[in-house]
Amino acid sequence: MKDARLLFAGIMFGIVLTRSEAISWFRIQEMFRFQSFHMYGIISLAVIIGGLSIQGIKRYQLKDIDGHDIIIENQEYRTFHQYIIGGFIFGIGWAFTGACPGPLYALVGNGVWVVIVPLLMAVIGAFFYGILREKLPH
Amino acid sequence: MSFLSNNWPWYISGTIIGLFVPLLFILRGKTFGVSASLRHICAAFPLSQIKYFAYNWKEEGAWNLYFVIGIVIGGWIAGYISSTDVIDISEKTKQSLTAIGITQFEGLVPKQIFNWGYLRTIPGLIQLAIGGFLIGFGTRYAGGCTSGHAISGLSNLQLSSLVAVVGFFAGGLFATHVLLPLILN
Repeated sequence: MKDARLLFAGIMFGIVLTRSEAISWFRIQEMFRFQSFHMYGIISLAVIIGGLSIQGIKRYQLKDIDGHDIIIENQEYRTFHQYIIGGFIFGIGWAFTGACPGPLYALVGNGVWVVIVPLLMAVIGAFFYGILREKLPH
Repeated sequence: MSFLSNNWPWYISGTIIGLFVPLLFILRGKTFGVSASLRHICAAFPLSQIKYFAYNWKEEGAWNLYFVIGIVIGGWIAGYISSTDVIDISEKTKQSLTAIGITQFEGLVPKQIFNWGYLRTIPGLIQLAIGGFLIGFGTRYAGGCTSGHAISGLSNLQLSSLVAVVGFFAGGLFATHVLLPLILN
């Protein structure tokens, strides 16, 4: 099963998230207080490396390992308020828990068991979004 | 092995995290992102009467679920190789946190917050449970999180991601400087 390859990518990502300290509530507090370059350095460099990679994939029309063309789509821009309101809501959760979705999974793996609660609540949050979607401004 | 047992400087971390963008394209033709997994978990339940979850989660989401299961395992491996004794945050941050009542700086995360006892208090419930809810709700409303918008989306120069990232920081700053001092004190 081709999808199972992603398990190995995920394992590597879990290790990287832990070693980068991006899963630490302390680091996220430091970031939102502008008191260290650490998280800004990580995110900006990741964007630069990711951006150069995307340019390389497009220019050389690289294929994936199954031989399919790699299609890099621009997410369709819908409405300004959807991204700004959704982003703002997530930002509050990020500062409260010190974690975004990737770190929630990595923290559970690290044995911070109580993070199972914010992770399950995040699933419930996604569920409520699904229910309320038609009523929310998009 | 010391590479895996010590925490990394930002430039090593940033480089490797950035490489996940091409890695996922090359491995499976997928855009690097994590928060869609929360939607796929819901879609795995029989909720097909809700339009947002009415799609074939195995077809569209299995890769992402494998990826996040991997993140849990990877976190376990990293923690098993070596646990983080102390995060080297700046003195200023320690002072700022002390001012709002966070006084223990050992470990990966503050033990004062990440424990079951705190979860049973109102501040703990707001911070951990409501916080988690807002992560799921907000990332799905915005269509992505730090990986999908801040890293993949900005890498691809998407306007939607730029707006979302401004939202992430506005929310994070508001929570850090206005809400957290109220909750923790």
